[in-house]
Amino acid sequence: MAYFELENISFSYDESAEGGETKKVIDGVSLEIEKGSFVCVLGHNGSGKSTLAKILNLVLTPTSGRLVIGGKEVSGPEISEDEIFDIRRRIGMVFQNPDNQLVTTIVEEDVAFGPENLGVDPEEIRQRVDSALQTVGMSEYAKHSTHQLSGGQKQRVAIAGVLAMQPECIIFDESTAMLDPIGRRDIMSTIEYLNREREITVIHITHNMDEAVRADRIIVINDGKIYLDGTAKEVFSSVEKLRRVGLDVPQVTDLFYDLSPYLDLPSGVIDIEEGAAVLADRLKNGKA
Amino acid sequence: MLKDITMGQFFPGESLLHKMNPSLKIIATVLYIVAVFLCKSAAAFAFIFTITVLIIIVSGVPAKVILRSVRPLIFILVFTTVYNVFFTKGDTLLFSLGFVRVYREGVFNAVLIAVRILCLLVGSSVVLTYTTSPIMLTDGLETLLKPLTWIGVDVHTFAMMMSIALRFIPTLIEETDKIISAQKARGADFESGNLIRRARALIPILVPLFASSIRHAVDLATAMECRCYRGGRGRTKMTTLRPDAADWIVLLFFALLIPAAILLNVYVPFFSI
Ligand SMILES: Nc1ncnc2c1ncn2[C@@H]1O[C@H](COP(=O)(O)OP(=O)(O)OP(=O)(O)O)[C@@H](O)[C@H]1O
Ligand SMILES: [Mg+2]
Repeated sequence: MAYFELENISFSYDESAEGGETKKVIDGVSLEIEKGSFVCVLGHNGSGKSTLAKILNLVLTPTSGRLVIGGKEVSGPEISEDEIFDIRRRIGMVFQNPDNQLVTTIVEEDVAFGPENLGVDPEEIRQRVDSALQTVGMSEYAKHSTHQLSGGQKQRVAIAGVLAMQPECIIFDESTAMLDPIGRRDIMSTIEYLNREREITVIHITHNMDEAVRADRIIVINDGKIYLDGTAKEVFSSVEKLRRVGLDVPQVTDLFYDLSPYLDLPSGVIDIEEGAAVLADRLKNGKA
Repeated sequence: MLKDITMGQFFPGESLLHKMNPSLKIIATVLYIVAVFLCKSAAAFAFIFTITVLIIIVSGVPAKVILRSVRPLIFILVFTTVYNVFFTKGDTLLFSLGFVRVYREGVFNAVLIAVRILCLLVGSSVVLTYTTSPIMLTDGLETLLKPLTWIGVDVHTFAMMMSIALRFIPTLIEETDKIISAQKARGADFESGNLIRRARALIPILVPLFASSIRHAVDLATAMECRCYRGGRGRTKMTTLRPDAADWIVLLFFALLIPAAILLNVYVPFFSI
């Protein structure tokens, strides 16, 4: 069952310039996202990824189009404030800069911020905070100050803060962009755990192609429109198309693409192991 | 250098002070400050100094932190000490060098005032900020200011603003350090010239700092919206420290500091200022 159903969604930031040259940041996007899936969103800077993410949890209201979340239409004007807040609870968001999303100074107080806003009972908040911190492996830091943590640890606290609201979907908006390779790997494995074991729908916005290949599905956005949509294999087969909108492909795919005029190689190889196997096979059979 | 500022920081712990209800703790701090200001005689100062040391020990805040928090005060301490030593007139001349006359009263004044400044700043930050997380602090403030809602003041928002301001002190300090280095790398000079020149040299620090604060604020506001923040309405708290017997006893202890200081002033009046 589709969790998100977008039908011809458009959005522009300045509504004042009605009728005239309003730049549509999101321009007629239609798509469905399955419950429990792991979707990656790619696109160059300013293509509208963050804007789309904010539409999905109703921080921004689409200018036109129909948005259905969990089987319920939420884009109409009659939606109440309580319903909007319920959507925001169900669809959590983790941002790029860890410093700008931690609201308080102590780890556990920050994780409690969401459930506190929801008016959850104090004892239950306590349980949720403890289990959320456990899930992201930060239990031992519960009483630490947030500003003494590393970037990766701060992001894990931010994830715990979202988990404590018991969401059905989490959107990661370039949440790995400011991290070192270790922090990046940490967050990626946390994301995969949440998707596989907790069955949380994950939408991961990134510029990193090696992260993108781990998703079930990749959506490429260009100038507010859907440009490519498919599995990692399908999307990365279109090397030309991706390069045209200023996007990279994983290194293996790139290598295979560059070699393909000389060797008859399959396109859309995204896995290093797989690529090595194909090349080894060619060399053994002497076709090269 | 800016990293030395420990003001507004919190040191988690399990002491009596950590567990105290924040509203009562704010009142206790005010009582403590009043007591320090009421001290006049050497005996009263010795008393309040001992009490302050006791409070530090009870709080469990490491001595290293206390010493570090004193460092930024050194200038003020030296200045007031020198001022008092040389410019207080008294009866007992200790020595004179040319036109400089040092009286015994001056020396005593200097010592007592230095003790007063030290107690005031170290004591109040140990009682309050070091042992209370900013959230607790603003919770306490929110409770104490509740009556103001009657005259239309939005106390919750005010308290939330306070706690976010405290939360961003370390972030902005770090950022200031970064901007200073970046401007130095571009050849900015913050150390030479007269006062006006130096003040003008601060502009290239303040402007980017201001811009980045706004960026932080916009991002934080979005993040808070995403986490369902909508003001104080219907909000609960994970930890509410209800005042218990121990808290009231601690408060009583702080309240008793005031009569104790007054009595010592009256009955042991030696070397009063
Ligand atoms: N608050 C805003 N007000 C006006 N215009 C905005 C605002 N936020 C973004 N835009 C514009 O909308 C467009 C899309 O921005 P968006 O942040 O969605 O891009 P993005 O794909 O997330 O880019 P990035 O990779 O840099 O994060 C950009 O042209 C940007 O200038
Ligand atoms: Mg973005």
